[in-house]
Amino acid sequence: MQDPKTGVKSQTQRLVITTIPHAITGEDIVAWIANRFKIDATEARAMGTMMVAFGYIYPLQDHKRLMLKPDTSLYRFQTPYFWPAQQWPVEDTDYAIYLAKRNIRKKGMLELYEQEQYNNLYKWMNHKWDFIVMQAKEQYRAGKERKKPDRVVFDCQERAYWVVHRPPPGTVSAMDYGHDRMVDPNMEEVKVCKKTPDYYRRIIMFTQQCIMRPRVKSSVSIGALVKYTITYKEHDPFLHACLPSNPWLTDDVTYWTLNMPNVEIPTKMRVERWTFSFGELLMDPRGRADFRLFLKKEFSGENLAFWEACEDLKWGAAETMKEKAQQIYKTFLARGAPRWINIDGKTMDITVKGLAHPHRYVLDAAQTHIYMLMKKDSFGRYLKSPVFKETQKKAILCRFTAPVPHLAVYTGICEAQSTASPGFMTLPNSAACPSPISVAIDSTPASERRFDGNGGPSSSHFPSIAEASVSEEENQPPAPKSRMALSLSRLLRRGCNAPSVFASLSPKCAVASGGGKVQPLGVEPLAQPQPRRIANFFQIKVDIPPECRIYPIDSEDEEDDSPDTARGGVKEIICPWETVTKQEGTG
Amino acid sequence: MACQGLAKGETTNTLKAESESLKAKLEEERAKLHDVELHQVAEKIDALGQFVMKTRRTLKGHGNKVLCMDWCRDKRRIVSSSQDGKVIVWDAYTTNKEHAVTMPCTWVMACAYAPSGCAVACGGLDNKCSVYPLSLDKNENLAAKKKSVAMHTNYLSSCSFTNSDMQILTSSGDGTCALWDVESGQLLQSFHGHSADVLSLDLAPSETGNTFVSGGCDKKANVWDMRSGQNVQSFETHESDINNVKYYPSGDAFATGSDDATCRLYDLRADREVAIYSKDSIIFGASSVDFSLSGRLLFAGYNDYTINVWDVLKGTRVAILFGHENRVSTVRVSPDGTAFCSGSWDNTLRIWA
Repeated sequence: MQDPKTGVKSQTQRLVITTIPHAITGEDIVAWIANRFKIDATEARAMGTMMVAFGYIYPLQDHKRLMLKPDTSLYRFQTPYFWPAQQWPVEDTDYAIYLAKRNIRKKGMLELYEQEQYNNLYKWMNHKWDFIVMQAKEQYRAGKERKKPDRVVFDCQERAYWVVHRPPPGTVSAMDYGHDRMVDPNMEEVKVCKKTPDYYRRIIMFTQQCIMRPRVKSSVSIGALVKYTITYKEHDPFLHACLPSNPWLTDDVTYWTLNMPNVEIPTKMRVERWTFSFGELLMDPRGRADFRLFLKKEFSGENLAFWEACEDLKWGAAETMKEKAQQIYKTFLARGAPRWINIDGKTMDITVKGLAHPHRYVLDAAQTHIYMLMKKDSFGRYLKSPVFKETQKKAILCRFTAPVPHLAVYTGICEAQSTASPGFMTLPNSAACPSPISVAIDSTPASERRFDGNGGPSSSHFPSIAEASVSEEENQPPAPKSRMALSLSRLLRRGCNAPSVFASLSPKCAVASGGGKVQPLGVEPLAQPQPRRIANFFQIKVDIPPECRIYPIDSEDEEDDSPDTARGGVKEIICPWETVTKQEGTG
Repeated sequence: MACQGLAKGETTNTLKAESESLKAKLEEERAKLHDVELHQVAEKIDALGQFVMKTRRTLKGHGNKVLCMDWCRDKRRIVSSSQDGKVIVWDAYTTNKEHAVTMPCTWVMACAYAPSGCAVACGGLDNKCSVYPLSLDKNENLAAKKKSVAMHTNYLSSCSFTNSDMQILTSSGDGTCALWDVESGQLLQSFHGHSADVLSLDLAPSETGNTFVSGGCDKKANVWDMRSGQNVQSFETHESDINNVKYYPSGDAFATGSDDATCRLYDLRADREVAIYSKDSIIFGASSVDFSLSGRLLFAGYNDYTINVWDVLKGTRVAILFGHENRVSTVRVSPDGTAFCSGSWDNTLRIWA
């Protein structure tokens, strides 16, 4: 764990004629570094600070703070003797001698922390103390024989050295290097003892295998890497605005709410991702659910069910593994099995043979076969199917929502934070967002049925390992989470527009007249009788900016001009962390 | 492996010579298909614009160096571990701490969130990896339910759950990686091949993938088949310890961060290194790397307290982020790519977006 330390390269030094020779100013150092490496001043300063922190340059003023100040503060280059790169072991004995020496010179002038350290060293190095004092006196005497300027310089250098290696309390030490690695491959002994004939034989075998491995032309594989970034470019929140907005930037969790794992209506972006590859479709629980629906209509659901069962086997607990393997065989592979899958004879042979001594990868061949079948055949047909087209049509189109800095949505405090940036707010402590633990507990009953056609007690053999499975028609009533999604989707179909929403809540604001569906206050007498839950959050002055804040709209209903705006649904958007109870339409 | 004596005419030196010549042949084979460079292909792509990335949340609460962190799949919770043995689960969005565990050892260098969000795994100088099921009950003593899963003969450097809560993959200072069954603590597979400490591992993202990559102090990055335990591919182009490895989102490449102050990109299908991310002014080791969702950006945390953001395709640096007051020890992008989190020896974690 060593940092490669390059020595200080600077040869050009400004000479400032004071009694200290070869002093340089901080700003000159920064300028020189910036010029040498073609970087900007901030980075140059950071790099300079590293040099100071490691003791290659030391400050003349404020010597305990090892940082580079880009002003006229003075610095000097440390003598190579004291460079960390020399890797002298930094002994406590030497430190004790140094402190003792300073004590001779300036009695009682040690800093507080140095005094403490001095006392500690005195205690546990007591047996050596005569030697230490003697050395200190010797060095002190030798120092006196030097010319005064040299002595001053050397004292400065020595002091700087010890600030680096025995940092004052509360400062960050660059010498902190963390945990040592066990094996240092640079050590010569390690190299020597490993080189047995066997060692080379292993390398030979491995290298031969590597040579035999098929590889692809760079242009092809690099082309694929590039293509991937292009395909996903618009889905990358760092490269393309996240719609409606990035929760971290605007403190609005709509994006997460709309993209919950098992939401009923996915967003258009999400549906688009399913078309990128079969893997994407399967990895998204909502996508997989859609695919499952499609397969059901085609009466080929057993393929997906088999694939899921194999995943469960591979990644499941070791204890249940044998049982699961047998269960899968009975359900999918045996002759006359209730959900028999169609795989070629050779694969079936291998699989059946393997099942005599099952291990977690025993179904790999069959699983791969079925996966490729789905990928090459079903996936393509799915993308052209009515199921998919329906989902695509219904998907939510999000528009970009500019952050509204005036509205401190999540604070329970009644401060008018008109200029507060949406940063650092503390949400009410409990359940700001349903914990995955509670979600898992809530949805376990619904998820125990992994695949139908396997009625009775055996269905519980395959409990869901990962996220809650999507509630299908025949399952129990959906967990509270998807209820929220349901009411949210209803809200979205009605369409809503923020200014009116906020207008209805805060009596103090003027209703903005930009954009479509603004309802003047008079039409919304229900503003006040909103449940008290919301009132807590909105006892702040709301300054509605003239820009409309457009919430995700359902593309279908764009033309519907429904006068009943999102009154009842307001809660879902503003307080996304609360599990929403069914909202009846308010009259 | 049984020690064979030397066959007739063989000496250690002839074997050594043979292995050297084979290595050269491998390089030749690799070079044959090397018909284009990454930055050449990247010339046709638009350059990236200016980035404004700022700290959006600062998580304070650790009393000592933060060594590792991991995101929960719900995109907002994280688990982090530190030198003093504390493991904390946060809701990063609200900056609230939700759970805290004190490990019996210091230097908890590895922590991971379970895919279900119901457990965390961590380990370090105790040579073990322990799984703590998380409870909704705030008063419950999490340490009581701890389950010891992995046992190595040296410190645990990294751990990761596979696709479920039931299996954990670990890497250790003893030079090996291992796959464990959580319920029983049974060792399912072990992976030998590194000649020094293994510092990091990452599982392949693809649905059908059964591989993972590991990087270690022997400067090698190895790709392993989880089923057979075999080392499938190996790359040795770094000049110093590899601190961190991460797969490219498509699973066809991976990036490494190393003490030699460079990050490199290796293409698995072409079987070679395709890019080096370095700059004269960067002289400190990279401790941690991660890709953005599309794979276009590489975020790398360095020991000089900064985070550099690289354009993966063009090989240039697009931003440098200051803010931490000590080494950046870990960098991870959130599961939906909306932000990334950095943990540092200055005891804090920062969310950047």
